[in-house]
Amino acid sequence: MNRRSETTAALLLIAPFVAVYCWLFIYPTLQMVYLSFTNAPLIGPGEWTGLRNFERLFGDRTFKIAVWNTFYFVVLTVVPGTLVGLGIALMVNRLRGWMQSMILAAFFLPFILPVSVVYLVWNWMFDIQFGIAQYVIEPIVGEPVAVFRQKAWFMPAVALVTIWWTNGFNILLFLAGLRNISPEIYEAAELEGAGRWAVFRKITWPLIWPVTVLVLTIQLILQLKIFDQVYLFSLGGRTQTTMVLVQYIFQQAFVNNRGGYGATVALALFVIIIAFSVMQFQALRLRGER
Amino acid sequence: MTAAPTTTVATGVKHPKAIRYLDIGGLILTVLTVFCAVIWAFPLYWAAITTFKPEHEIILPYVELWPENFTLSAYYHVIFNTKIGIWYVNSVVTAVSVTVLVVVMGAACGYAISQLQFSGRRILWWTILASFMVPIQALIINHFILMAQVSLLNSWLGIILPQLIAPIVVIVYKQFFDSLPRDFREAAVIDGANHFQLLFKVFLPMNWGVTTALAVITFIGAWNAFLWPFLAAQSENMMTIAVGITQVSDAFGIYYGRELAGAMMAGLPVAVLYLLFQRRVTQAITLAAGIKG
Repeated sequence: MNRRSETTAALLLIAPFVAVYCWLFIYPTLQMVYLSFTNAPLIGPGEWTGLRNFERLFGDRTFKIAVWNTFYFVVLTVVPGTLVGLGIALMVNRLRGWMQSMILAAFFLPFILPVSVVYLVWNWMFDIQFGIAQYVIEPIVGEPVAVFRQKAWFMPAVALVTIWWTNGFNILLFLAGLRNISPEIYEAAELEGAGRWAVFRKITWPLIWPVTVLVLTIQLILQLKIFDQVYLFSLGGRTQTTMVLVQYIFQQAFVNNRGGYGATVALALFVIIIAFSVMQFQALRLRGER
Repeated sequence: MTAAPTTTVATGVKHPKAIRYLDIGGLILTVLTVFCAVIWAFPLYWAAITTFKPEHEIILPYVELWPENFTLSAYYHVIFNTKIGIWYVNSVVTAVSVTVLVVVMGAACGYAISQLQFSGRRILWWTILASFMVPIQALIINHFILMAQVSLLNSWLGIILPQLIAPIVVIVYKQFFDSLPRDFREAAVIDGANHFQLLFKVFLPMNWGVTTALAVITFIGAWNAFLWPFLAAQSENMMTIAVGITQVSDAFGIYYGRELAGAMMAGLPVAVLYLLFQRRVTQAITLAAGIKG
């Protein structure tokens, strides 16, 4: 095979992916930036309005609420979810054989379910009249609570459901990390007579730290893009107060028919994610240089 | 109790298994683990068991862990009074198409970047790596406009196309093909094989495990996709099952049994797929996150 046939083959092989990638990824990304400078409706042409959308964005109360709620959600899920994941991984890692598979499956199963199934399951769990979770809530609060109808309860409840749903992912990464720690280190510690807590603090925690950073950053980026659960649980509620960023894009473009302004919100999300991605990249590089 | 630590250490060296029998703390931890797992899985059990209860048992004022009168009426209702059959077909068609297209395009592109020399190779690779920074959710408006322009909204193809962006598949394939010894390729080249034969007869069969892992996880992702199918499917007849079961709850009123029966039917295929391919799912997730499992 000569050089030219190699190039031809390469172009043919990359063509489908590159075509899809340009048409459905690069072009929409550029178009999103363009759209954010116009007053276009969802479908149809708009006029160039310069920076007006951005001026409006900074004075937009609902946008501020959406940013605030998104970060609130990140705070409620990222660190707690990572710690719960590590805890469960440590517990599962001690077990062996079929016992480990069964227990791991119990913790992991929610992760592979569609969000709508998770929504229906927990909507039933928290139902104000017949929900089984009210047996826990009522003794503590004194009365049953419509958790998805009250602002103070909404985000923590959705965060709880999200951790329950997505933790399988964290658990798997932590388990892979734990298995990469050489057993000889633990044997040596055992010979020294080190206790469980000392072993965790002096060996497991420092050695699992790179995985912890990885999980934290993946979760951070992921939870900034939250939409599905918040949207579903807020159905029929007052969505303005529980609004998150992607939901605001959806609302502006698809409910209020403001494609241009929706794109401006999307661009803001894009910028936030890039800022955090750069941080993630730095963290990963640090991990590589360790 | 005071003697226990010394015996565990002494026996622990030669027989590591003996530790677990003598270790009280370990036993407590194991019991705690099982307890947590039961709590964790309970919502799924509770939802599943609810679907088999008659409506009057569902709203009992106490916890009934097993139905007194076992019934399938919630499932009958969902199957015969909603469009769940159509949603199933839509989900199968779109998820299978997304899976096949993503894996084939990803393998071809990953192979080219890994094994072939062509101009623009490095730029392509870096563009793919950089694409992680763009949140797909931010593109919903433009995907919608794009699909409207080509009149594909409310069609299978319209649901499928925006889900085809999966740079991670290219990255995983490239890294796998990189790690294969060059001799294979050279031997096959001497035999006169072209690059397409190389890819489909040598490289892919040698990485069958990776392909299975990526296919399973892509299928699960496409089956579970919510936001885009929710926007693209404008009529009930075009909804995938993950979207459909959330859109018709009004028609059910407050019949939790029926809602949850729909949910069970939506979750069953992916749950079964996971239980069948447990190891592959684990592999795909750790690979995608860049950890060696």
